Amino acid sequence: MLTLEGLRYTDGAFMLRADLTVPAGRRVAVIGPSGAGKSTLLDLIAGFRTPDAGKVRIAGQDVTALPPGQRPVAMLFQDNNLFPHLTLAQNLALALRPRGGRPDAAERARIVAVLAQVGLKGMEARRPGSLSGGQQSRAALARLILQARPLILLDEPFAALGPALRAEMAGLMRQAVDAAGATALMVTHDMADARAFADDAILVAEGMAHPPVALEPLLKDPPPALRAYLGG
Amino acid sequence: MAASPVAIIAALVVIGLILGPVAALLGLGGDLPAPGPAEWLALRFTLLQAALSASLSVALAIPTARALARRRFAGRRLLITLLGAPFILPTIVAILGLLAVFGQNGALNAALAPLGWRLNIYGLHGVVLAHVFFNLPLATRMILQGWLAIPGERLRLAAGMDLSPAMVMRTLEVPMLARVVPGALAVIFVICLSSFAVALTLGGGPRATTLELAIYQALRFDFDVARAITVALMQLGLAMAAGAVSLAFARGAGFGAGLDRTVPRWDAASPWLRAQDAACIAAAALFLLAPLAMIAAKGAGTLAAQDPTLWRAAAHSLIVATVSTALTLAWALALANRAGEWVALAGIALSPLVLGMGLFLILRPFVSPLAVALPVTALANALAALPFAVRILRPEAQTVREDYARLAQALNLSPAVWLRRVLLPRLRRPLGFAAGLTAALSMGDLGVIALFADPDRATLPLYVYRLMGAYRMDEAAGAALFLLLLCLGLFWLLDRGGRTDADA
Amino acid sequence: MKALVFAAGLVTASAALAETPVLTVYAPDYFVSEWGPGPGIEAAFEAQCACDLQFKPGDLLPRLLLEGPQTQADVVIGLYTDVTRKARASGLFAPHGQDLAALTLPISWSDDTFLPFDWSYVSLVYDETRLPVPPASFEALADAPEDVKVILQDPRSSESGLALVLWVKAVYGDRAGEIWQRLAPHVLTVTKGWSEAYGLFTDGEAPMVLSFSTSPAYHIAAEGDTTKKAAIFDEGHYAYVELAAKVSGTDQPELADAFMAFILSPAFQGLIPETNWSYPAALPRDAWPQVFRDLPEPAKAIFLDEETAAGLRDEAIEEWRQALSQ
Repeated sequence: MLTLEGLRYTDGAFMLRADLTVPAGRRVAVIGPSGAGKSTLLDLIAGFRTPDAGKVRIAGQDVTALPPGQRPVAMLFQDNNLFPHLTLAQNLALALRPRGGRPDAAERARIVAVLAQVGLKGMEARRPGSLSGGQQSRAALARLILQARPLILLDEPFAALGPALRAEMAGLMRQAVDAAGATALMVTHDMADARAFADDAILVAEGMAHPPVALEPLLKDPPPALRAYLGG
Repeated sequence: MAASPVAIIAALVVIGLILGPVAALLGLGGDLPAPGPAEWLALRFTLLQAALSASLSVALAIPTARALARRRFAGRRLLITLLGAPFILPTIVAILGLLAVFGQNGALNAALAPLGWRLNIYGLHGVVLAHVFFNLPLATRMILQGWLAIPGERLRLAAGMDLSPAMVMRTLEVPMLARVVPGALAVIFVICLSSFAVALTLGGGPRATTLELAIYQALRFDFDVARAITVALMQLGLAMAAGAVSLAFARGAGFGAGLDRTVPRWDAASPWLRAQDAACIAAAALFLLAPLAMIAAKGAGTLAAQDPTLWRAAAHSLIVATVSTALTLAWALALANRAGEWVALAGIALSPLVLGMGLFLILRPFVSPLAVALPVTALANALAALPFAVRILRPEAQTVREDYARLAQALNLSPAVWLRRVLLPRLRRPLGFAAGLTAALSMGDLGVIALFADPDRATLPLYVYRLMGAYRMDEAAGAALFLLLLCLGLFWLLDRGGRTDADA
Repeated sequence: MKALVFAAGLVTASAALAETPVLTVYAPDYFVSEWGPGPGIEAAFEAQCACDLQFKPGDLLPRLLLEGPQTQADVVIGLYTDVTRKARASGLFAPHGQDLAALTLPISWSDDTFLPFDWSYVSLVYDETRLPVPPASFEALADAPEDVKVILQDPRSSESGLALVLWVKAVYGDRAGEIWQRLAPHVLTVTKGWSEAYGLFTDGEAPMVLSFSTSPAYHIAAEGDTTKKAAIFDEGHYAYVELAAKVSGTDQPELADAFMAFILSPAFQGLIPETNWSYPAALPRDAWPQVFRDLPEPAKAIFLDEETAAGLRDEAIEEWRQALSQ
């Protein structure tokens, strides 16, 4: 599904390499010490950063030269996942119709249904500022579901939530990704979140994004770079 | 965001409008003479008064804007609107209003007379006072805009951490000022550079000779086109240098996006700060409103007794203002970036006389300049308002880009949808302010129409000047009051349109 | 957009009138305003010429020099004596061909290109209620108490301001610089143009202003106010004469000639006093409105021919500037 071929990215003294493949339908946690380049890796896949060398392939297609919006990718950021001046319905309509135009009846029905699915039934006319943190996350998740892209990138989207809410959101997210049959990468610092969401893990440490391995064995017997991070 | 080709085209149009007229006049003028001692003297005075005026306007605007940002009181909106008035007054009306307060026969001297004091307003201090009168409101509004752009979340965080007012100042307000103040200084400095009638009158005589006077003299009196261009280029050079310096200093990151929550200020509740803010607001209001009150008092008697031709002039002015506003906003949105701000400064830096005469020369082979006097005036007014509009829009446009460009890219929004659904709604408040300012400015400015106006196509400011030229000072006062009311009404309408649904 | 449509409409409208010959006259803004002589003159001339007289207000000489021989103007009205030299040198003007015997100027006039249509004396106008005893000369003003202030216009941006420095130069010659130094304390301020100065004066900012000896006529006739008066100086007053000229490249030479003749006619001249608030150039005194006949007049008219004026100009301005800059 996702292949990074000889990918190299430098920014001053910072360097990140990646040579890996993520099979279709996997949910992968991206873990590793702070500053190792977890978010950078997602940016490279999403197209917000351009690699110095190497290729990004998604579903067999070389997307290295494509701008972010044209990649088959949907992404949640740490914040600013919704436009604060637009209602939830307007935010979601934008996700469906990024070139403008009013959503048709079918699309409007989908928006209502997806909001209900994430537990925001009847909140179409609310604005993000009037929602709680958990509700905002659910709204962002609704956006992700509507976008229906085969590859989903999550850059610590629940960092601002408390542990209980985070676990709940990780579960919701997992269901949504599975239901869509999508492939997903989630950056997280919290191993509980990682466990709740993912089966596999990509370890990013010491300038390298390692190929995905099964999450549980990795956590049970961490390599030195990860052990230092988990221990601290 | 596909903004760059649009920005480049917009910038090229500005540059063309600056260089075109200069080139057209150069075609007549021959070799440029080197500046003589008179020009150097004018340069020195121009620099001095503009630097003083800009610094003082901004220095006084900071406490005023701060007070307005953290206080809510009845009449606050009205006061903010009225404070915009001096900036949009035709110069001749403003001079009369100012001197009705600060002049020999003014209200202030009448009040001081029993004490045996006498205030002489004429001199460098008078020039600076007048320029502060014109520009303090603009500076206040630009800085107030910066204050309102601090997201409520940050203030809430500050309150949660129980930061003292001084610490709030250091952590939130100083970085905001570092971002806003250099641009405000540059814009005001450049406006003051091209002051002429105000500087001369309040300066008390030829000591207060500015570059613009030298341009006027060379072009209209001596018909020495080459000398006029030399001086115009000196003025343009100063403005561009000031713009470059301000951009070099205007650093500092934004505050990130908030969720548009309105949050009260918890940090300013002490009685001492209340008193301090009240004093600031009262002083600024008195300083700015007293001359307006004099203009109103003088004009009230003849306001109703106006000739019907006033309406036609007012209609012309409204059309010109509408067109200029639309043009300026489109232009400013395209230029709301660093380089754009610098280019836009040229709009007020080029002497209006050079601009008008140059355009006249360019248009003449194709169309009678008199027939297009109104469109040309609208264009020139739009160009003159551009630096203000860009200054007002840029900080927030930049913030919107910083905060939402990634989301928009991830959603693959088209440029049109980005503009319509994100940029314009997010910029509603500064857009409303910029539109109000442009419309009022265009309405109140005599502009290039004085150079080639048909008798049937007078605008309202020209109408006021014509009344004065015909000894009809009383009727002129009434027409000026009408102009003032119209400007304010337009400003209020547009500015308010931008603020509905927002707390300000 | 609206403005463009609007402008286009006006262009079409004027094209429809193209059948009647059009006489294009450049004139200063104050001249063509609805309160100036322009509208009356237009009506009176069109009644006799079967033509369309169109005033184009704005700058005169600068605009004409910009346009050169391709100018649309057929006639220019509102030039004044201090620019005739430059105007003549441009070669853009043709002889007026009028008999000058009808002129009633206080000075002799024999110019064959520039035709006077009105005149006045440059004067300091004062408010009697605030200055009961006006100065009778520049020296008297210089010696007056310091609170006797006057508002002037800048000779570098205003016609009347330039006339004043030439007046002082003509009276005092080499002593002009010294006189200006003594006058400096009495100069409250200097404005860009006449309107600002006069507006400040009527607001009471100073008891005296640089204007014209005929200015009080407006206050008397239109406002019934007799307290504004011109100070009459013993040393004489600078005669400020406004002129018209025919453009040599005119495509309507007959109409232009007819208009030049019309300028000297009683129909035109009779409109001048109470619209331009100045003396008509070719109307006997007994045909003036009573208020103009009653105005006090200086005993002596000072006039500098264009060569002399041009020779003195830069020096006179510089003496003024230096004295007032200290």
